[in-house]
Parts: sequence; structure tokens; C-alpha cells
Amino acid sequence: MINPRNIWGSLRNRLAISLIGGAALLTILLFIAVRSYSAQIAQHGQDSILDASVTSILDAAILRDGAVEIDFPYAALAILDTVADDRIFYAIYQDEKLISGYEILPRITTPSGIARDYSTVDVNDTAVRLVAASRTLIGSNEKTKITVAVAQTQDELSGTLNRISKNVALYGAGFFLLAVLLSVWATSTTIAPLKRLTTSVAKRGPQDLSPFEQPVPTEMVPLVSSLNNLMGRLDQSLNQSEEFIAEAAHRVRTPLATVRSYAEATLQRVDKEENRQALRSMVRAIDESSRAAGQLLDHAMITFRADHLDLQSIDLVALVNDLVLRLTPIAEMKDVALQVHADTDVMVQGDPILLQNAVRNLIDNALKFSPIDSVIHIHINAQPTPQIVVLDQGHGFPSDQINDLATRFTRGKNADGIIGSGLGLTIATDVAVAHGGSLHLSNQPNKGGACVTLSL
Amino acid sequence: MKFLLIEDNQELANAICLRMQLDGHVIDHADKIADGIAFAETGEYDLVLLDIMLPDGDGRSFIHQQRERKKDTPIIVLTARSQVSDRISMLDMGADDYVTKPFDHAELQARCRAVLRRKSGTTQTIVQLGDVSFDPVAGNLIVGDNTIALRNRELRLFELLINAPGQIFSKQKLADRLFSYDVDVSENAIEVYIGRLRKHLEPANVKISTHRGLGYRLDHD
Repeated sequence: MINPRNIWGSLRNRLAISLIGGAALLTILLFIAVRSYSAQIAQHGQDSILDASVTSILDAAILRDGAVEIDFPYAALAILDTVADDRIFYAIYQDEKLISGYEILPRITTPSGIARDYSTVDVNDTAVRLVAASRTLIGSNEKTKITVAVAQTQDELSGTLNRISKNVALYGAGFFLLAVLLSVWATSTTIAPLKRLTTSVAKRGPQDLSPFEQPVPTEMVPLVSSLNNLMGRLDQSLNQSEEFIAEAAHRVRTPLATVRSYAEATLQRVDKEENRQALRSMVRAIDESSRAAGQLLDHAMITFRADHLDLQSIDLVALVNDLVLRLTPIAEMKDVALQVHADTDVMVQGDPILLQNAVRNLIDNALKFSPIDSVIHIHINAQPTPQIVVLDQGHGFPSDQINDLATRFTRGKNADGIIGSGLGLTIATDVAVAHGGSLHLSNQPNKGGACVTLSL
Repeated sequence: MKFLLIEDNQELANAICLRMQLDGHVIDHADKIADGIAFAETGEYDLVLLDIMLPDGDGRSFIHQQRERKKDTPIIVLTARSQVSDRISMLDMGADDYVTKPFDHAELQARCRAVLRRKSGTTQTIVQLGDVSFDPVAGNLIVGDNTIALRNRELRLFELLINAPGQIFSKQKLADRLFSYDVDVSENAIEVYIGRLRKHLEPANVKISTHRGLGYRLDHD
């Protein structure tokens, strides 16, 4: 898996954060708006009562014989009673002179008439709401201006406001929570097609270069079509190189086969020993070159596939049995017997083509080095790890070389005259490593003979 | 045995035919699928040798056509590709086996024998000489009432001799046919196999005679 180097944030997080952030901002704005609106309404309520109180006091004022008389309407103060026991102040001024009430109230000048003056003032460090109004009393030959101010502390009001705020905050939190849930849902739904596309790309086998067919949202169409385009070109170039290799192999191998067949046929008809020797060398050279070409191609293919393992559940016993069936005619030609000793059912996760190639190389090797009339034992063990052990009765590995033989193009010192490319064990090792296993070479302690263990 | 070879490369086809005929086989050659199908319609073959890349299509379509028409003459594919996946797909298509070009004729024959043994058990090609019958596919030598299963090299050696009775084969020639070209085998190894065959042939009126300095010959009194 190759990770891209440049990761710039996450779409999902970015979307979720902007949605949730927006919701939070909206919640706060809503809270502020509702709170200030209710504060206004509550204030308006208090003002109306204060207003009524002021009006009724003003109405009670009369001018009699040049003196102001007020039959103080106590109900005017009684309507101001609240649960919170707010304190009430009042002041009555005649021509700016206090004639009754509290002196601590600040002086307010208001024009006579229906105009009211509303203000919030500090009295003894407590905020009070003050409403003032004036009226001009007209007597027979004089007139005087009466100003009435009524003030009330705002305990009840702030209590109400707090209750409202608390409720608004609760609703706001609920609304916010809902918005978060919606954001998460919206984010997931938006990201889902992208995720589906990603999974379907990731789940593809190395050979699958077909275009993507699932429906995608409009915004993703350009991405998917470019992806399909790329896939198409990749597929085409892979096909071309595959065809090229096949064609090249065909071009080279067919004449080689012609030469080999003629050489064999001639060998049957020629008696002179030096001619026979030349023909034998020819056949040997052909075998050598075709084997090397084949092994090089196999090795290239294995290197390619090892990066893109096509993992499947494989029955190792069946795989080995298939190979043995396929190799039996060759073994029989040397009167060598292939014997499989298997635990029942050895299942592994692996790439069948790679495993087949590796095991084939091991058995091929054993066949090449087996003496006439011998037996090759192939063990398939499930424990401790799934492994295939190939034992032959040849002369074994040269002990000083045993560690180098799996390196590319290295051949045993005792392989003289036996056709080989030096790639067989390299391929087997590469396959084992690609499957997280290993290849171990040794000689059988008593009988000699090679022992190759492919562990997965 | 009677073979049908479908191969478009004339040179290779000639070489294979020559090689097969030297072993005493009968072989017909077609150079495209259409001709191959026509041959297969009219003649009875023990085995088909099929190239994959042919001028009028993929050799696999021949396999498909034959299997569709319930013709189960064994087919061995001659392929120039060595990719394992390709080999597998050919076996999936219904071919019985394959050899990779360039191939060893001894291996091809071994595969033919294995395929025939798997498919039918025996063929009609039982060779008769004197009181000896020889079934090259099953690898049986029948002397009187006695059936002897020959080991592979004995079988190939006897096949050589019985296909050309009266002809002298040098030790070297026999060694070339019995052992692969990459192993140096002493000529004495041949004596071991000649000895074994002689033992099998003791009750029969067919004998292997030694011609000093020349080789061996199968004689029939």
C-alpha cells in the first residue's frame, strides 16, 4: 500500500466542522436575539404598570385654592406588588420642588402632557426603573406643574429574564445537539459515495482494470471518468506489453522448436559420433536458452505479482497433487517416483499462480538432480506453519554454497551439465517471502539428498 | 499411433512430422483451424497436437468446437507462452495437457502416453511381433499368457526396438533416446535395460541380439 505524501485535511472533518460551527454560531445568535427580545417585552410590561401608576397619581392631583392636593391612590402602588418583593420609590414634585416621596430619586424633567420619561437609574447602587410624567394644573389665576416619578427595582424582572434565558439556553442546546447529529448524518451521506468508490478501488484484484460502473454524484463524475480513462490506458498498455511478450516468445520459441525437432530427428539418423556430439550440444543449448527465457519471464511476472498479491484460499494438497500429476510423465521418463505425503486439508491464503510456480520449481529441481530409480518425497505439513518439504535422493547441496544458492543466477558447483538458469530457487524464495514465509535449504542428515522446505 | 498436428509454422510442422514418423507414428498436418476441424471430422486420431496462435483464430476455439461436438480425442497444446496463468487457462478450456515450445519429443511422447492412459486405458495400436504383444500406451508386454508391466525406460527401449525389428541400434543412439541430453550416461547403463528386457523376453520367440561394436537388434525366429 502506497500512501500519498500530501494529505491536506479531511473532507469529512472539514464539512462536519463547518456544519457544527455554523450551528453553534446560529445557536448563540438565537440565544442573544430571544433573550434581548424577551428583555424588551418584560421591560415593556414593567413600564406599562409603572406608567399606569404614574398616571393614576397624576390624575389624583388637583389644585385647590392655590395649593396642590393629592388624594394619594394607594392602589397605584399596590399594582406594583410583585412576588419578588421589589421595592417601590415615588416622588412628587411641584415646580421642581419635592413635595412628597423619596429624595433619593434623581430629578427628571419632563414636559407636561402625555409624554412619559422612561429611564433606568441607580438608587443606592441598585438599578431601578423610573417612569416620570408631568401635568400642568391650572387654577383660577395660577398654574403649577406637577411631576410624578415612580420607580421600582427589577428583581422580579431579572428573575423572569433569567428563567427565560435558562429555557432559551436549554432549547438552544437541544437545537445545537440536533444540528450536530444532522451534520454528522449529512457528512456521512455526502462522503458515502466517495467511500464506496474508494472501497471498490481498493477491493479490486491486480488484474481488474475494468471501468467503474456504480452510480456516483454529479460532482464525482469528472473524477470517476478520469479514473476510468486512466484504467483504460493502463489496461491497454498492459495488454500491449503482454501481447508483445507473448508474440516475442512465440517468434523466438517456434523456430527454436523447429531446430530442436530437426536436431532430434537427425540425431536418430546420424551415426558418426562427432556429428552426434554436435547435435547433442545443439539440443542442450536450445534447452538452456529456452529455459532461461522462460524463467526470466516467470521471475518478472513473480516480481510484478508479489507487489499485488491476488490472495485466495488455496488447498495446498490439491495444488501439489495437480502439479505432481502434471510432472509425473517427466518423472517417469527417469523412472523416478513422486510420492506425496499430506496432512488432510492444508488451507492457506495465497496467490495460486505464484505458489504453483514456486512448488513447480522445487519439484523440477528435485527431478533434475534425482538419480535413476529413486523416489522424491513431497510432504505437506499443516503444523507448525503450512509448509511443503521436498526431499530427493540426489547428492544434495554443496555444503559451503548452501546459503548462496537462492541468490539470482547462482548455481550449485555440482550442477555441471544439468540444464538450469539459476533462477528456480530465487523464484521460490521470492514467492515464500511475498507470502510472509521463507525457503530453507538443507541436506538430509543420514541419506544425503537435498531437503527444501517452503514455509508460508 | 495416429496424430493430427495443427500448426501454422510450416518448418516446425515438417520437423515434428519427420520426428514423429521416425518413431513409427502416422501424422497428418493442418495449418489452420478450419482444416484441422475438417481432418478431425473425417479421420480417427489417437491424439491432437494443437498450436495456440493460428492464422484463422485462437487454437482454443478448436478445443471448444471439438468438446461441443462431443469429440473427446485427447488434445495436447503446443504453446510458446510460458506464463503459468496461460497454462492453467488452457487446461480449463478442455485441453488434456500442454508442452512448451521448444519441447523434448521424449517428454511429448511421455505426455501423450499419460493422457491416453488417463482417457481410455489403451489404444488400438497394439504391436504384434512373433508371440509378443506390446501395448505402448499401457506399457504392457504380453508374452503368451503373461502380462508384464514395463518400467518407463524399458518401455521406451522396447518401443524403439519393436518399431524397427531387424535394425541394429548403437548403444549411443539408444542412450540418446533413453536419457535426457543433459546427463552423461555411461553406455553400460544401456546394458542394464537390455538385460532386463531380455529377461522379460526369455519365454518368447523374440530375442535381442548383441552385435559386437555395432549395437543391438530385435530378432524374431
